[in-house]
Amino acid sequence: MTLSGINSLRLGPDEHGRFGIYGGRFVAETLMPLILDLEKAYRDAKADPAFADEIKHLATHYTGRPSPLYFAERTSAHLGGAKVWLKREELNHTGSHKINNCLGQILLARRMGKTRIIAETGAGQHGVATATVCAKFDLPCVIFMGATDVERQWPNVLRMKMLGAEVRPVTAGAGTLKDAMNEALRDWVTNVDTTYYLIGTAAGPHPYPEMVRDFQSVIGAELKDQFLQAEGKLPDAVVACVGGGSNAIGTFHAFLDEPGVALYGAEAGGHGIDVDNGHAASMTGGRPGVLHGNRTYLLQDEDGQILEGPSISAGLDYPGVGPEHAFLHDAKRVTYAPITDKEALEAFQLLARMEGIIPALESAHGLAQVMKLAPTMGKDQSVVLCLSGRGDKDVESVGKHLGMDMIS
Amino acid sequence: MSRITARFAACTAENRPALVTYVMAGDPDLETAQAILDGLPAAGADVIELGMPFSDPMADGVAIQVAGHRALKSGQTMRRTLAMVENFRKKDAETPIVLMGYYNPIYIFGVADFIAAAKAAGVDGLIVVDLPAEEDEELCIPALEAGLNFIRLATPTTDERRLPAVLRNTSGFVYYVTMTGITGAAIKSRAAVGEAVRRIKHHTDLPVAVGFGIKTAEDAQVFGRDADGLAVGTVIVNAVAETLNDGKPTERTVTAVHDVVASLAAGARRARSAA
Ligand SMILES: Cc1ncc(COP(=O)(O)O)c(C=O)c1O
Repeated sequence: MTLSGINSLRLGPDEHGRFGIYGGRFVAETLMPLILDLEKAYRDAKADPAFADEIKHLATHYTGRPSPLYFAERTSAHLGGAKVWLKREELNHTGSHKINNCLGQILLARRMGKTRIIAETGAGQHGVATATVCAKFDLPCVIFMGATDVERQWPNVLRMKMLGAEVRPVTAGAGTLKDAMNEALRDWVTNVDTTYYLIGTAAGPHPYPEMVRDFQSVIGAELKDQFLQAEGKLPDAVVACVGGGSNAIGTFHAFLDEPGVALYGAEAGGHGIDVDNGHAASMTGGRPGVLHGNRTYLLQDEDGQILEGPSISAGLDYPGVGPEHAFLHDAKRVTYAPITDKEALEAFQLLARMEGIIPALESAHGLAQVMKLAPTMGKDQSVVLCLSGRGDKDVESVGKHLGMDMIS
Repeated sequence: MSRITARFAACTAENRPALVTYVMAGDPDLETAQAILDGLPAAGADVIELGMPFSDPMADGVAIQVAGHRALKSGQTMRRTLAMVENFRKKDAETPIVLMGYYNPIYIFGVADFIAAAKAAGVDGLIVVDLPAEEDEELCIPALEAGLNFIRLATPTTDERRLPAVLRNTSGFVYYVTMTGITGAAIKSRAAVGEAVRRIKHHTDLPVAVGFGIKTAEDAQVFGRDADGLAVGTVIVNAVAETLNDGKPTERTVTAVHDVVASLAAGARRARSAA
């Protein structure tokens, strides 16, 4: 049964940009007028059918939507429990779900008359998607990327450059996604008149978490229809990996008020949740705090200094998570579980060998959760994974981890 | 009357802008930072901003970023920062101290506990960069109720329509940010700064200090004509950085900071005397 009205979990955020106590607008005064403008522009766009039509058209002809829902037959048989399905976001143009958000936001930036785009990126998928839409709409673009990530996601750096973007490596901190976001915010505060900040995940100050969720919700909406068509019911469980949480919230949102559908978010467990500062699982191992414009679960020390946990996946090592996930965690509507680097690597290889699909390391975290879940479920049950991206960018670093060389 | 209000009134009576100096608590280590702090009034500081280090200072340029990281590396915590104020207050009962930083370390300390501890230590005001007027319920209102000043930043993007909302719960003084940018960047238009100060004064009786990008005695002299206060941080923090040897303070570190402050104070004193 679909719930509605006051019991619905789909009503957030409120007018202050809050999901329960999470979210909000914790930004410097310089940026405050900008995010209020953005909110207004987004409200106007949302009410304009022409905006929705334009997104739909681009989704069909540029991204290649709808993405297929695929029954992973061999994987299902191998795991020996529930049927495993993949929502194939990795088949989108640019190779991940990130393009869904970028198309929505670039159209908004154009409506607002902005002439320069900036973005942060971790795995480089959001950077590539941003560089792509900037090329298409002829806007200059600067991508901030941690120096560590530049190294481990080198193929994506080349793609961004070929698309005409300027990539600025950030050496502060551990040189990963958090540091890239700090630097993007510093750029934005400096270039307020011309610049649109195209945030890549469902985090940051209001209205970004809501806006990014809305642009990504196409994933769950399609999935729900496709699954109904295929099986005549709703799936029993839906799984997605959680970095900042955009593919996960986009996948979950259509199911939040369907209590029969269990929802699982796979966080980056790194070396293991018991290893001190050895993971990036902000909900399993963090607590509420304020960073990058919103209140949410954060990895931090007892003095409120933010920690940077390691993950094999550059897209999941962010020390925070989008505020709507923090809310759903407290509400116990979604189960967030850590997946270690080792488990993700195993899942990565399994999908390659079983289905001929090389997943992104981020998505492999989700698959590892499916591998734990499916065997505990009945053969008449189904679990769907949002396969958020493809693993072309990761083959080199996974090869290194697995000790593969040129000869053998 | 709060210490902040009294100090601005005293400076105005002397027909000079107040020099508001920013130092990072715990930079490069606790002992040196305490010596720097304790000597600021004698060097010419009228109001002190004491930076609470944070791992992710989104509104700061490189100089203050690395100062914060030096402090954290040396083991600085919120309790230590508050203890620095307490020590300072044993020797100086008049110079106002404003704690400046970001919200998360305060939130994690606990808002009520933080306000009580800050009051007890002798803190006069707070500047919290990532708490705009829209989030006043978090800290601003309880701090004001406890008798702390809450100093808000107004910026070039704060337009005429928004200004009243920004000023509503501001007390002590208004901090006008001279540019859209991070600390330590270059001021884009000097004329625009003077104009903005006059515009803000149109809306409030509070003193207006200007900050971000003031670097030299000459800057102090120029901006001190229009503003009631001059906030300087990056060049002071740089004086620490430039005198370190292998990350450790040298015998020049404390005096180098005080020399920079003295030079800025001299510039500020010339602001309205020279024709
Ligand atoms: C393929 C893929 N999946 C997931 C993520 C994590 O981001 P989010 O949690 O916002 O979906 C990334 C981020 O880089 C990614 O590239």
